[in-house]
Amino acid sequence: MTKPLKIVVLAKQVPDTRNVGKDAMTPEGTVNRAALPAIFNPEDLNALEQALRLKEQNPGSTVGVLTMGPPRAGEIIRQGLFRGADTGWLLTDRLFAGADTLATSYALATAIKKIGDVDIVIGGRQAIDGDTAQVGPQVAQKLGLNQVTYAEEILKIENNIATIRRHIDGGVETVEVPLPCVITVNGSAAPCRPCNAKLVMKYKYASCPLERQPEDSRADLYASRDYLNLNQWSVADVDGDPNQCGLSGSPTKVKTVQNIVFQAKESKTLTASDADVEGLIKELLEEKIIG
Amino acid sequence: MNNVFVYIETEGTQVAEVSQELLTKGRKLADQLGVELHAVVAGTGIKGKVEDQILPYGVDKLFAFDGEGLFPYTSAPHTDILVNLFKEEQPQICLMGATVIGRDLGPRVSSSLTSGLTADCTQLEIGDFDDVKTKKHYDNLLYQIRPAFGGNIVATIVNPEHRPQMATVRSGVMQKAIYEGKAKNEVVYPEVSKYVSPEAYVVKVLDHHVEAAKHNLKGSPIVVAGGYGMGSKEGFDMLFELAKVLHGEVGASRAAVDAGFCDTDRQIGQTGVTVHPKVYIACGISGQIQHIAGMQDSKIIISVNSDPDAPINKIADYVINGAVEEVVPKLIKYYKQNSK
Repeated sequence: MTKPLKIVVLAKQVPDTRNVGKDAMTPEGTVNRAALPAIFNPEDLNALEQALRLKEQNPGSTVGVLTMGPPRAGEIIRQGLFRGADTGWLLTDRLFAGADTLATSYALATAIKKIGDVDIVIGGRQAIDGDTAQVGPQVAQKLGLNQVTYAEEILKIENNIATIRRHIDGGVETVEVPLPCVITVNGSAAPCRPCNAKLVMKYKYASCPLERQPEDSRADLYASRDYLNLNQWSVADVDGDPNQCGLSGSPTKVKTVQNIVFQAKESKTLTASDADVEGLIKELLEEKIIG
Repeated sequence: MNNVFVYIETEGTQVAEVSQELLTKGRKLADQLGVELHAVVAGTGIKGKVEDQILPYGVDKLFAFDGEGLFPYTSAPHTDILVNLFKEEQPQICLMGATVIGRDLGPRVSSSLTSGLTADCTQLEIGDFDDVKTKKHYDNLLYQIRPAFGGNIVATIVNPEHRPQMATVRSGVMQKAIYEGKAKNEVVYPEVSKYVSPEAYVVKVLDHHVEAAKHNLKGSPIVVAGGYGMGSKEGFDMLFELAKVLHGEVGASRAAVDAGFCDTDRQIGQTGVTVHPKVYIACGISGQIQHIAGMQDSKIIISVNSDPDAPINKIADYVINGAVEEVVPKLIKYYKQNSK
């Protein structure tokens, strides 16, 4: 027996730290964010795919994308809509800035309470700019919900119980969890479907108010087509406590940040010639470095 | 009060190696702070079976929770145990493995206690901290040092106001050692039901399957690692051949794993395995910081790369400027010719 599900996908816009080029660091040793493209966090796409599959299997379900970031993170909601999500919410406010994982989780949990009656909160296991994997479990704790992390596939949902296959160290596990719950999805799960051309046409001008110019040429369009107006929420909009948001809500503080400098060694440089390679092997054998 | 705690992970009655590594590190931190090292373990049928795997690493007091439903691990019962125990014991530091379990449990506990948690630390030190904004001075905080931003910077994180200061550390980053000094070695078996509410057991594990590791990359004295420069899965075949003749193991950079050239469980670096081999042969690896973080303690580093400016060459003892597909077969050939 299926029933319509209200699903919220947690997604983050991240700098693409996987393909860091030589210009990613400034000469002063700070990160040159401009050199890194902003992308949809990869594992959040795996999570979106699981959500969209549930929507297809459970007619009447809705999928909404919840993200937090600067106004340009509205792109994450559009990317969700292009793939089949129904709605989205951008949490954006200077008070959210500088949040560690705990303050981030507080903000997201507060927004999820505001959204209300959510059956499944699902996100990527971790984001590639921090690799902490902390936000999912912390959101679950703040909402008082059960959590299943490292999920690879949601096998079924029946009688309000989800059966999930998850990755564990050195193996796999299948668990049953009652809804509502929080699920984080591993990168080894099914990849996300591509954007749907019709949906791209429909939503390409969808935006949050803060993304728009004061004299927006599409003002009429936004007035006549409400689905192009994406939800944009501040701390006040979600009835958040500013002391638990952003920098002030973060128990962890960054003491120092350093560019990594490795101690250069004096190295022997060889060519690929037979003589050089054989010489190296003989040297390593003589010094009993290899046996 | 104020002691150092280590959460001990188990598979059945087998204690995870990463937990023993953290006990050794925790012992050093406790000695430096002049406090005790405590350990907490939770499982089913563990009494009498896990103590000997835990106490020798310098544990003053072990809290062993033995009860039905504590193995296989599920989030809520283990969270209840740690949260309620920590409310009584008020530790200043809590360490756990950056494993699937530790990364599921740590954030849930930290959120319950509103304490800070730093994931995947590569170094832990004790030091002072001056908060420039509040002008407050703090003595003896835990410096939680970790690469950030894809490994391009290293950040030192502190938790000035909140306790416990929590950190996770990956397997292999710290080294375990039986403690030479004297520890109290006390063991208590608290009543589980006093710590865990009945509703906590609501998540059911239907099927739990763990295979013994297919390889011993972490402990191998010789590691042959390939990067994106290997070009393909087939390119990795010659690395497996080289590793086989040298009696070593094959590792890979994140780029090679992401490209599908090699299995994830062979990834070396900040988000993979940390290795400390005698010889590390890096083939077609440019040497992103996140990779170097996982292999820089190798005794001898040999880099095979067609790019003479590859960053890894700076930390290599031997640099072979050449194409991997040319050099690797020659390494195999000349090893076979000369090794007997």
